[in-house]
Amino acid sequence: MERPGIPPLQPSVGEDVSTRGIRSAKMRLALRGFRESWTIFVESRIGVIGLAVIVIFALMAISHPILMATIWDDTTYDPVTGYAFDQVEQPAPPSWAHPLGTDPLGRDVLSQLLSSTSSEFILGIVAAVVTVTIATTVGAVAAYYGGIVDTLFMRLADLVVSLPGLSLLIVLSALFDLNLFMLALLIGVLGGFGGSAIIFKSQALAVSVKPYIEAARVAGGSRSHIIFVHIIPNLLPLSFLYMMFTVTGAIFSEAVLSYFGLLNIRMSWGIMIHTSNTAGYLLGGTKYWWLIVPAGASITLLCSTFYLVGRALDEVANPRLRRR
Amino acid sequence: MLAYISRRLGQNLVTLFLIVTLAFFLVQAQPGDYTSVYAQDPKLPPEVRAQIQANFGLDKPLGEQYLVHLRNSFTGNFGVSFGHYPRTVMEVIVERLPRTAVLFLTATVISFYIGFVQGKTMAWRRGGFLEYTMTISGATLSTVFTPWYALMMIWLFAFQMGWFPLGKFLDPLLWREAPVSADFIFNRMLVTGGAFGGFVLLVMLAWQRAGARGLRSAVIPGLPAAAWWLPVVLIGAVVIPVAWALSGVGSLAWDIVKHMVLPIATLTSISFAGTMLLTRNSMLETLREDFVMAARAKGLPERVVRDKHAARNALLPVVTSLVYSLAFAIDGSVIIESIFSWPGLGLTLLQAVRGQDLPLVMAAFVFIGIFALMAHLVADVLYAYLDPRIRYS
Repeated sequence: MERPGIPPLQPSVGEDVSTRGIRSAKMRLALRGFRESWTIFVESRIGVIGLAVIVIFALMAISHPILMATIWDDTTYDPVTGYAFDQVEQPAPPSWAHPLGTDPLGRDVLSQLLSSTSSEFILGIVAAVVTVTIATTVGAVAAYYGGIVDTLFMRLADLVVSLPGLSLLIVLSALFDLNLFMLALLIGVLGGFGGSAIIFKSQALAVSVKPYIEAARVAGGSRSHIIFVHIIPNLLPLSFLYMMFTVTGAIFSEAVLSYFGLLNIRMSWGIMIHTSNTAGYLLGGTKYWWLIVPAGASITLLCSTFYLVGRALDEVANPRLRRR
Repeated sequence: MLAYISRRLGQNLVTLFLIVTLAFFLVQAQPGDYTSVYAQDPKLPPEVRAQIQANFGLDKPLGEQYLVHLRNSFTGNFGVSFGHYPRTVMEVIVERLPRTAVLFLTATVISFYIGFVQGKTMAWRRGGFLEYTMTISGATLSTVFTPWYALMMIWLFAFQMGWFPLGKFLDPLLWREAPVSADFIFNRMLVTGGAFGGFVLLVMLAWQRAGARGLRSAVIPGLPAAAWWLPVVLIGAVVIPVAWALSGVGSLAWDIVKHMVLPIATLTSISFAGTMLLTRNSMLETLREDFVMAARAKGLPERVVRDKHAARNALLPVVTSLVYSLAFAIDGSVIIESIFSWPGLGLTLLQAVRGQDLPLVMAAFVFIGIFALMAHLVADVLYAYLDPRIRYS
């Protein structure tokens, strides 16, 4: 006798229903976790301000190709090869045609600024993804296996940490012709095997002694299964945090190396400052402000923004930092 | 403690070995070799080119080259600098290392102190206006584009205000008639500074010991607890300047000091923020501990709770991070040196890179590495001193 309103059990598709149930429950849990984290993130106003600034920079990056395709013509506004024929004197101060003036070589500063934004994002994101992928894997593997693997990776991390990274990059730029992508990879690899590997390992150690890891092992989970399905997902909050800090470091390193004129990059904020420095306009102070302030402020602002977002994420990942 | 230090020393030696090895294989991996800058001239007969390569030992098999490189590196023979010919690389390094050391050490110590005190206060007054401004200005200062910031400092304080020289290590006009070399003066200044630092530490320790045994109040009753800095200030502000002024080369030393102030101030202001923000976090965690509540419940003054109970325990993670941030600070001093034309290791490295002076590049790199390792060792020892759990594990 069946009661109305309750669907009868269907053993033939029961398996399917339960996996779907588990999946939707997981989704709901993830969504709730995300919402809670978002609330904490929003509470620290710093993180929201940071996000807003990042969005503005992203809009800047998108706007350059659009502007080039519509109102800016290539001969005048190309960031590298353009020349402002409408100006008598170079560098020209800001005008309606050139809102941020032109540089000593007659190129439009705003166009340079906008076109560099996208490469800074690419650099930062590639470096961050590489760093976090390496650091998470190394940390999880070192923590789970221990012994010789652990010692090997941790000594390597000690070596990388004690090396001043920027000096190493300067040396590398003397020996090799570094472009943007190689630089991003190098920064990523250095970061991934260095300090963040140590931090991820200690976090993974804390995870790997949890009862559910023991349970997974008892249930017959293989080592790679446990590492990739149980340990690494628990390192994800930390990963996001370290991505932010890596982006800051990568953009900063690129800017410094470009400023010293050591990189093989078409255009970047660092190169803009390098150009005006080698042309001798930097100690002109406020007189030639458009040559240095836009690029310098962009570097500082984007770096500190990612840093601030990282700090706000820190409060999400580490409950002990939250407001009492 | 000794076993711990010797273990760390052994580890550092292994790391040094790896750095030297890395330097060798980096040069091997690059397209070309040491001679390619000079031997690429197409007018050069092939036998001359072969002779140049043979002079550098490049005709030998790779393994033998590596062994020779190791032996030379550990005996301090880095060859002759191309850019500073005929000086050897070692002479250039020995001249410039102390200058970097002074810049870096002074800035690190000052910025650590300022950062710790500021961070402590920020955590104590959580959520106020001060915290927001300090967080934002701290993050801005620590992520500011250093070359730009340094140039702005030069422009503002040296160019506009005229308080400091525009850069460089000394004023050549003043030194033309000088009876001694700049290094002679600078090394004596280093000795003075080191001795003064040791003296300050000694006074502080003696003062604490005396306080612990109740000797302080027994000798002079009613002496304020902070009176330890009286002899320090006396020596630092009166005795040392007078002694230098009487030595006859005081004006020369003063010239170096004047050139030193702005780079050190710049480096300090970009590196204190990291410590400050970390101290704040660490302090916030410590303030939740039960012993802080217990100290409050006992009715101790707020300042004592903050400084003696909370801050002491919050110091440990900050020192750990100091160990990791040292390499970053060394990078900072490389940048600062190049902007201020301060002729230290960093500027040497950059100039050598620009001039393709490979022997000097490699030696500067190895020495920056050694410098970083030494700084690490000191920080490690400090950490072990502060946290007894480290020593015995």
